[in-house]
Amino acid sequence: MHRTGELYGQFKTIEQQRETSTLGMWIFLATEVLFFGGLFTTYTVNRAIHPVEFAEASKTIKLSLGAVNTVVLIASSLTMAMAVWSSQLGKKKLITVFLIATLILGSVFLGIKGIEYHEKFVEHHVPGLNFSFEPGASVDMNAHAQLFFSLYFGMTGLHALHMIIGAGLLIWLIKESLKGRFTPLYNTPVENVGLYWHFVDIVWIYLFPLLYLIDRHK
Amino acid sequence: MSEHIVPLKVYFTVFSALMICTALTVFAAELDLNAYFSGLNIIVALVIASFKASLVVLYFMHLRYSPKRTQLVIAASVFWLAIMLLMTMSDYISRPWS
Repeated sequence: MHRTGELYGQFKTIEQQRETSTLGMWIFLATEVLFFGGLFTTYTVNRAIHPVEFAEASKTIKLSLGAVNTVVLIASSLTMAMAVWSSQLGKKKLITVFLIATLILGSVFLGIKGIEYHEKFVEHHVPGLNFSFEPGASVDMNAHAQLFFSLYFGMTGLHALHMIIGAGLLIWLIKESLKGRFTPLYNTPVENVGLYWHFVDIVWIYLFPLLYLIDRHK
Repeated sequence: MSEHIVPLKVYFTVFSALMICTALTVFAAELDLNAYFSGLNIIVALVIASFKASLVVLYFMHLRYSPKRTQLVIAASVFWLAIMLLMTMSDYISRPWS
């Protein structure tokens, strides 16, 4: 394909080239909103039908782990934003530094998630695997708590899968940034992976109150 | 016209606001707000979450500095999500037989 420097033949300017790729990323993210939206709708419907059981089940999740993870993930969004900022200004070393920081924070998030999953496993709160809610819970309570935990694992699991894919993308970006690939004229991969990473952060911003918080009082 | 570069100060301010909101939402969750108004706990939690999400979209994702057509894509995705949630819930909450 015809190419002049960083500008591919089908575009007139670098600006147009960049806006085109960013628009494509946003359209992908719009489909992701609806992908997660299906799960959020399922959660809303079932929570409206079984509010008491959902509240009881939600209270058994450790709030501290979820809160720490929220802080960790928002911090990783900050370092990701700073990696994009470094690439816009052509600070090549800083790009790598901030990408690595983002990868580390993302891994910490997944590690804490793993601890949380382990606790649920030990407590027999994993749906299907010898599930039993608190001793003496009624059949109804047991069934609907299991429904809550199916949603808990489905939603946080899909979110964690996105984080793992994001970590893979970060490793690729770190490799490319070490080669000095990203410059103020060409930093589209950093910018677009950044958009993806922030999107995953937003999903968590909603998951945290819905799964951990809204039934804490009483 | 080149792309807009957000000053670092803005990123740090947004980050601090996100941290404060996280603390606020955990604090609000411990209070029994439902005593004042049924469902207030959920409303407060979702309002804070939406405020946080808006900050991330506007500043970290540069929506504020993006072309109109990009903003349209985001508005459309939120609109479609609203259709899914509202249409589904208007069915479920109006079923007297279940």
